[in-house]
Amino acid sequence: MSAETSDIIDLLAGIEPGSSLDAIRGRRLQARENAQKSYLALFEPRDFGDMLAAERYAVAAFVAGVHGEPTAADFYLAKLSKIDGSPKLVETLKAEIERGKTDGPYGSFPAGPLSTEDKTGLIYRLAEDRKPVIGGKLGAALEHAHLLVFRPRDANPASIQALLDAGWSSTGIVVLSQLVAFLSFQVRSIAGLRMLGASLAAPALAAAKAS
Amino acid sequence: MNDSILVQDNKHEPVVFTQDELGWLPWLEPLPEADLTERHLAGLVDRARAKSDYFRLLVRDPEVLEARTKTDKDIFYNVADGLPRAERELAAAATSRYNGCIYCASVHARFATTYSKRRDDVQRLLDEGVGADLGARWNAVVKASVALASTPIGFSKEHIDELRRVGLDDAEIVDVINSAAFFNWANRLMLSLGEPTTVPK
Repeated sequence: MSAETSDIIDLLAGIEPGSSLDAIRGRRLQARENAQKSYLALFEPRDFGDMLAAERYAVAAFVAGVHGEPTAADFYLAKLSKIDGSPKLVETLKAEIERGKTDGPYGSFPAGPLSTEDKTGLIYRLAEDRKPVIGGKLGAALEHAHLLVFRPRDANPASIQALLDAGWSSTGIVVLSQLVAFLSFQVRSIAGLRMLGASLAAPALAAAKAS
Repeated sequence: MNDSILVQDNKHEPVVFTQDELGWLPWLEPLPEADLTERHLAGLVDRARAKSDYFRLLVRDPEVLEARTKTDKDIFYNVADGLPRAERELAAAATSRYNGCIYCASVHARFATTYSKRRDDVQRLLDEGVGADLGARWNAVVKASVALASTPIGFSKEHIDELRRVGLDDAEIVDVINSAAFFNWANRLMLSLGEPTTVPK
């Protein structure tokens, strides 16, 4: 197995083959294999179809980045660099990640008893002067990705219309939504497993220090 | 292919979290059932899902849908070992309550009730929110799920310690992580590609 096709969640969570966490993950083999197949279907499909490879890596890097998960963000930025030679796009994305960082989830509920739980927060829009580098279609995708990450309950037909207006097809919107939603799962799997792995390793480290 | 918003005239938006059955209306055109090929049917995994607007919309990318569905099934239905199904459903319901997915919460609150027989506690989670006191074990599962759903991710050693204190072993903690993480995927699809509607009783 090459480094390229190894399990991405294991790779980014630092799960070593033969570790106890590796064995526990093995008890949900279908879930582990299909999380990886989801990754492959999104990032190494046989046909990129309605969402270009560069758009996929750029949105993934943005989603991981605004989550404050730099390891995952760098992983996708590196993939983007490989297919898009211009460092300008990567640098611009990094700057937009910083602009997009905030605390979620927030947003509004349907008007009624839940309105007391409505919470306002950043409505992210791509910086005007960065639009020439990012482009209209990718820019709309980043704005939608931010909506999905931080205030998914604010999504409405107008947010879909904004994507259609920017040149996204219905199928492209499904792929984009899956990609952002999958990333939201992936970074949480990684963060959760990494934290559990650290808690398992801690007693061993303490023992090593004591001896 | 129709690339425009579907206008849903006949909708009755639910304004509270509920264990009642809800419908879901897509904002983009699902593939017509008659047009589904073998590739699409493989993506649906269960052929019965060809009746669902939600799955026929997602099947526009069949490979992603197939992998997503199989991930989902193993996380929730593989109960040969690990965390009881009721508590996996609790993690899903709590995540949905916190992110604000009324549709997802309704489905998984019903499952949590079915498998735990604790309908009133499940309803308190929906009514009061993720701060409801549901007893030490359920509180630990809800708190871990909420921390994982937060952005930036707030899941820490403190949550793992608390799950261990209420009796979960490492494999069961992985089930909590999987169930809660997965609903951050599901919620974002359900919330952004369509909307819930109440079903007349």
